[in-house]
Amino acid sequence: MLRLKNINTSYGKVHALKNVSLHLEQGEIVTLIGANGAGKTTILNTISGVTPASSGDILFNKQPVQSLPPDRIVKLGISQVPEGRQVFKPLSVEDNLQMGAYLRYRSREARADIHKDMENVFALFPRLEERRSQLAGTMSGGEQQMLAIGRALMAKPKLLLLDEPSMGLAPLVVQEIFRVLDQLRRDNGTTILLVEQNAKAALKLADRGYVLETGKVILEGAAAELMENAEVKRAYLGKDKKEIWER
Amino acid sequence: MQRERIKFLIFAVLVFSAPLLFNGGYLMNVFVFVGIHTMLAIALNLLLGYAGQISLGHAGFFGLGAYASGILTATFGWNPWLAMPVSALAVAALAYLIGFPILKLKGHYLAMATLGMGIIIYIVFNETIDYTGGPSGLSGIPNMSLGGVSFDSDIKNYYLIWTCTLLTVLLSLNLADSRIGRALRAVHDSEVAARVMGVNARLLKVQIFALSAVICSLAGSLYAHTMTFLAPSSFGFNFSVELLTMVVIGGLGSIYGSFLGAALLTLLPEFLRAAHDYDIVIYGGLLMVMTIFMPGGLVRGIPALVRALTSGKRGGGNA
Repeated sequence: MLRLKNINTSYGKVHALKNVSLHLEQGEIVTLIGANGAGKTTILNTISGVTPASSGDILFNKQPVQSLPPDRIVKLGISQVPEGRQVFKPLSVEDNLQMGAYLRYRSREARADIHKDMENVFALFPRLEERRSQLAGTMSGGEQQMLAIGRALMAKPKLLLLDEPSMGLAPLVVQEIFRVLDQLRRDNGTTILLVEQNAKAALKLADRGYVLETGKVILEGAAAELMENAEVKRAYLGKDKKEIWER
Repeated sequence: MQRERIKFLIFAVLVFSAPLLFNGGYLMNVFVFVGIHTMLAIALNLLLGYAGQISLGHAGFFGLGAYASGILTATFGWNPWLAMPVSALAVAALAYLIGFPILKLKGHYLAMATLGMGIIIYIVFNETIDYTGGPSGLSGIPNMSLGGVSFDSDIKNYYLIWTCTLLTVLLSLNLADSRIGRALRAVHDSEVAARVMGVNARLLKVQIFALSAVICSLAGSLYAHTMTFLAPSSFGFNFSVELLTMVVIGGLGSIYGSFLGAALLTLLPEFLRAAHDYDIVIYGGLLMVMTIFMPGGLVRGIPALVRALTSGKRGGGNA
């Protein structure tokens, strides 16, 4: 469904992604793990067109998308939940969700559809319905994260890009969010590319994973395999530390 | 939605019946300016309060509309009803042209760039003496007329200008409540997030800049045909700052707030005339007090003040 081939992305002189190649199949959850500055967020921003690649190809359903602006990419069915949530603080929950459907307002039927999708988001996150007219900026971090995901879903994405949904949240809230992601895949067949610091939770949910270090993919494989990989365990799961440095 | 409509109707009725109170006096003339200033403040508020993009050069667009209408009618003998939309179109084209490069800038840099734009426009008014008359001004601009009725008195101008102002209010209220209004506020809060929602932020900012400029241009045309005389000093940097003050004092992101700000800043100097030499000191002091105690502007500050006063009368405590 999505294929990145030899992607290079730079911020000025900083070469953030070096020949990154990865792929996602329909209905998969794939996770990107790696330390701060490894390039995880840059990969998402490159796919969504916010920081375009300097070279390489991105194919979405066999169509090249690497040089399209973000609005065209959203229209094709790729929706991003940006890092740090970035809900629109001065807008109400409902207005935030409607912003997610920004490109879908074309006809009367579309409006009815949007309304139905909003109800679906509320079914997914009942907490949001209770707060539908509250300003997003006055909600807790967990609620804002739910809103950010709900907002991205309002675009009816085929592919959802999630940037660290667990950042700064209580474990219980993280659990709920991961439960919803699992439900999304089961019920709607949504394909998800998940960037996470919480490697354990991410690998548990995902089918496959890629491990990044300083802008390069250093390891890839099925999530279960990665979870057993000694290097991954040491660096990202905090296990078997002793065995490694006693080796 | 229903409540918004009722609010607007009450506002319109008040505006149209207000002249009964003035009895054709001097205040009528002042309120003609309140109308023009309201249009201008709303225009700037759409840009600053909604989209979050500052402009310190809006007096320039106001002046361009005024001079374009003035020159086309006084010098070239055009009908004012034709000159007005033609001027507005020209200003829209110019705003697009300036908007694309300038709105890439943010914050202080955008303020600087728009400031420069305003100053350049002002200099053009002063120096193109063959067309604008330069510092000595442009005179002989005809009043507008409709079906044989010439808008040559304060009362007629009042109704002409306030009809246009009410249309601006209505358009802006609808815009603010639409999908575009939401997108503007979204761009204001986080441009990156708005872009990943599919908003073409760059184009949207230029479009709202152009719309804002067009409203200023139309207000300028009305001003030209009401005053029948133009001088560059009305369109300088000071006036851009005054517009900005109206928007902030009235309340950012509120259409009625722009009316309150425009009304206050237009009426205050008239009332302060009684204080003679001290008027500017009191004026400045009042503005400072208001920004400190009503940071949300008049539109949010007045209701809060009323609430505080009425709960105070009920016995000082609040429940």
